[in-house]
Amino acid sequence: MTTILSIRDLRKTYGDGFQALKGVTLDIQQGEILALLGPNGAGKTTLISTVCGITTPSGGQVSVGGHDIVTDFRAARSMIGLVPQELALQPFETVLNTVRFSRGLFGRPRDDDHIRSILRKLSLWDKKDNQITQLSGGMKRRVLIAKALSHEPRILFLDEPTAGVDVDLRKDMWETVAELKADGVTIILTTHYIEEAEAIADRVGVIAKGELLLVQDKSTLMAQMGKKQIEVQLNEPLTRIPEALANLDLAMGAGGDSLIYTYDTKAARTGITGLLNDIAAAGLTLRDVQTRQSSLEDIFVDLLKEEAA
Amino acid sequence: MNWAAIGAIYRFEMARFFRTLMQSFLSPVLSTSLYFVVFGAAIGSRIQEVEGVSYGAFIVPGLVMLSVITQAISNASFGIYFPKFTGTIYELLSAPVNFLEIVLGYVGAAATKALFIGIVILLTASFFVELSIAHPLAMVLFLLLTCLSFALLGFIIGIWATNFEQLQLVPLLIVTPLIFLGGSFYSISMLPPMWQTITLFNPVVYLISGFRWSFFGMADVPIGLSLMAIAAFTCLCLGVIWWIFRTGWRIRS
Repeated sequence: MTTILSIRDLRKTYGDGFQALKGVTLDIQQGEILALLGPNGAGKTTLISTVCGITTPSGGQVSVGGHDIVTDFRAARSMIGLVPQELALQPFETVLNTVRFSRGLFGRPRDDDHIRSILRKLSLWDKKDNQITQLSGGMKRRVLIAKALSHEPRILFLDEPTAGVDVDLRKDMWETVAELKADGVTIILTTHYIEEAEAIADRVGVIAKGELLLVQDKSTLMAQMGKKQIEVQLNEPLTRIPEALANLDLAMGAGGDSLIYTYDTKAARTGITGLLNDIAAAGLTLRDVQTRQSSLEDIFVDLLKEEAA
Repeated sequence: MNWAAIGAIYRFEMARFFRTLMQSFLSPVLSTSLYFVVFGAAIGSRIQEVEGVSYGAFIVPGLVMLSVITQAISNASFGIYFPKFTGTIYELLSAPVNFLEIVLGYVGAAATKALFIGIVILLTASFFVELSIAHPLAMVLFLLLTCLSFALLGFIIGIWATNFEQLQLVPLLIVTPLIFLGGSFYSISMLPPMWQTITLFNPVVYLISGFRWSFFGMADVPIGLSLMAIAAFTCLCLGVIWWIFRTGWRIRS
């Protein structure tokens, strides 16, 4: 595998003293899809902006395909396509002109066939002569992707590509990402949604407070996050877990009026049937049953707690 | 040089101009006609001649300068401010372009639009007065340099501005008074001596004087001084823009 993007001890301190990146080091392999997860204000967008040249780094090095982003910015930036988080578009331009402009801006000669194929792929061809103002939010998002792809980048940054996007478009976008990957394009996306990372990423990085907390293969992380809990609420509160249920590894809820069972959704046997049978056999009556999955947020909180400890 | 990028910016900016071509064309025609009705016919009928030139013809260079300067500033400032406002500036900053290429694209387009307006005004004026151009080459040179230098100033204003009000502020409070007081509609020799001296601190005087010289062969200040003034102004604007891109002032955090 070749490293296409190499980030070394990247730091960014804004004018007001806020440290958005506190020394991020990360290697991204050619052709992989990396999902960057993290809460709001974690530094995801700053990381992308710095690599793309929108923000100036305060320290560290970044090289894209072996080209330093400061000393050899032309070669480095030519390889990158960026889909920003905000729907930033010139409102009175037509879709076609906007996308053509982007290709030219990146120094590529006019190529109507290429632009047509991108617009077709993103279901924008019918709208090519529409002004941007006439488009829905989802369509605008597609235009941003078309712009980013117009100059045939080797690395594509997608900053929260599916925020506020409907299910259809999200699926379309995942398909587009899969096609790009098949063409050998490296993709780095930021997201809040674990399903998104699960659906398309090869590796997942977690970033919080300007630090990269972990980078892992998706499968490893998913195993960690695949845990689910079932909470059985009882009619009569308990003082302790009954003997008959002692071998099930249950926890008692606050106040003793519920039992909590943790299981692995990916396991062959979750043990839920046995659990409910055993509870009935122990003579307990149920008031309600709830299940919950440990959310990304829980993982962040845990990770941050570990960091602080 | 990323010529494709310069071309892309230039074409994109010109497309905006062509979309509103009728407005771009009609408003200078209308305003020039109004100036001729008010200054040329109503007031001019009482002034008759200024230094051997009919008053109607005398004000033509000033009128062209007035419109060209305001158009160059407003087009260039809007051109670069709008991407900041919509957020599309991200694309310029992440593209493989340097400051010179960005400036050439935006300022080139704004200067072209201003030049177009200048030509439209000259043509409109030729319907009202008999125009003769003594030094055509110098006239074109002055016109081009004015379009360029004030488009550069407009570019700086567009980067400086943080809202639409500020975009109007400099043209309204500084540039328009300087143009009106810079001898657009009168010869400096018509002023009392003290005001003649004060007026010489107004840079626009040198522009209008030089431009008028190219028409009628007469000037308020020496022609060489006019050329030096506009060259110095262009260099100053270029220097400021170079500094802006080097430091990222108001564009790159």
